[in-house]
Amino acid sequence: MHINAFDRFHFHDSFIHRLDPRIKVVVTVAFILSNAILPDGSWLAFATAWLGLLVVNDLSNLGLGYSFKRSYIILPFILVAITAIFSPLGNPLAEWDLGFVTLIPTDFGLVRFFSVLTRSWLSVQMAILLVATTQFPDLIHAFEHLRLPRVLTTIIAFLYRYLFVLTNEALRLLRAREARSAGLPGQKRGGKLIWRTKVTGSMAGQLFLRSYERSDRIYNAMLARGYTGHLRTLNPHKMTRADWLVLILSLFVILFIQFVGWVR
Amino acid sequence: MPVKHQPVYEITIPECDGDVLQIQDLHFAYPDGHVALQGVSLNLCEGEKVALVGPNGAGKSTLMLHLNGILREDGDIFIGGMSIDEQNLPIIRAMVGLVFQNPDDQLFSPTVFDDVAFGPLHMGLPEDEVHIRVEEALAAVQMNGFGERLSHHLSMGQKKRIAIATVLAMRPQILVLDEPSAGLDPRTRRALINFLDELPITMLISTHDIRMVKELFPRMIIMDEGIIVADGSTVELLNDAALLQDHGLEIP
Repeated sequence: MHINAFDRFHFHDSFIHRLDPRIKVVVTVAFILSNAILPDGSWLAFATAWLGLLVVNDLSNLGLGYSFKRSYIILPFILVAITAIFSPLGNPLAEWDLGFVTLIPTDFGLVRFFSVLTRSWLSVQMAILLVATTQFPDLIHAFEHLRLPRVLTTIIAFLYRYLFVLTNEALRLLRAREARSAGLPGQKRGGKLIWRTKVTGSMAGQLFLRSYERSDRIYNAMLARGYTGHLRTLNPHKMTRADWLVLILSLFVILFIQFVGWVR
Repeated sequence: MPVKHQPVYEITIPECDGDVLQIQDLHFAYPDGHVALQGVSLNLCEGEKVALVGPNGAGKSTLMLHLNGILREDGDIFIGGMSIDEQNLPIIRAMVGLVFQNPDDQLFSPTVFDDVAFGPLHMGLPEDEVHIRVEEALAAVQMNGFGERLSHHLSMGQKKRIAIATVLAMRPQILVLDEPSAGLDPRTRRALINFLDELPITMLISTHDIRMVKELFPRMIIMDEGIIVADGSTVELLNDAALLQDHGLEIP
């Protein structure tokens, strides 16, 4: 049984897929930074950025709604931003008495909340597009070209590799337990709660032990085949004229978004 | 020679309408789109010992995972007349003892005792009964006294036997084993064959070990590319050299 829930790369051939990974990394980071420094409530700039996202979606042959459909992963992070609604600056809109505390949402706070929401939502979508159109070794390779410290790239590479080991191991354990989770007619099944907890606890221990032992074996196999700390890829990394063009054009678009955001 | 699908064979095995296991036109595709089963129909009668052979990737393991509801897909599967649904699932899991190919997939508890006792405890049996069943199951696979050992530090042959004990403790009516003799040394393999020979329950056993099939199983089912290509008496099928060759099986 395989799990590829984490492997977001989508095999397609498109203009975006063929771009040099360095370009994609630089543009993604620039886009995220740009979103971060846009002032609160610059809706027109946010809309422009979103338009840019749609263009990338379209160019990568994944369908216009691709990144939007996958962007729900930011939902938990919204919880963090929710406190912004009750910012003490600005005019109060209402007053909610919860007994132990009184919450006062303000207009300023509301604008800030939605701006934070939009910013992170846009940024996450671009990151989703980056991993959907770039194979992981290429991404690591790009990081190395961009002078990210080796320690970091190695950690990221192994994290990615072992994520699958861990989830696969967890999946096997759960399946084994499921296969023997039987019952008898007219008999209360499932055993005592304490026993079930103990089983689950020891399964967590097993998961750690096994993943550890397996990752050790995988690492040995990597060493045996000459792993030196680099993830290699056969894809040639050579900047073409199209790559430079895209880089310059994208940076201009991002500058334009900033312009729209600050000049009102 | 073209591949023959579903040829008609004279079956000399006791006929029944599949009182233990009945599968009708089972289809299954994995989420990545790989089609593993494309219309499998199969009947198993009380006390029958049946071998399931076929090349790697034929769908044998996928079929076995359906038998106690780990995988569920279109087509009707009846275990002892019960269909596999949420309500019947616990009882079906008690009836069908499924042993995975890799014992590391089967064992999930720290000690051998915990693993063998898991099934009976989950069924809600009283403690004395659980102890009796664990003793019995370990004795059946000749692993008495291994209760306190750590499962993941046993040898391959020992793990395989413990894996079988984990389902025997549940006293299943059908034993479903996925390649039980793979990777065993000759002595352990011999012990396994003798043990399966003496065990008086219905079994469906997938294997590449044709010599074991010849010795142990009167009925044999050949699977290839997600369908059953032959189902009949082992002696007859093993004499059909062309059929065996077509489906990548060794002529004994």
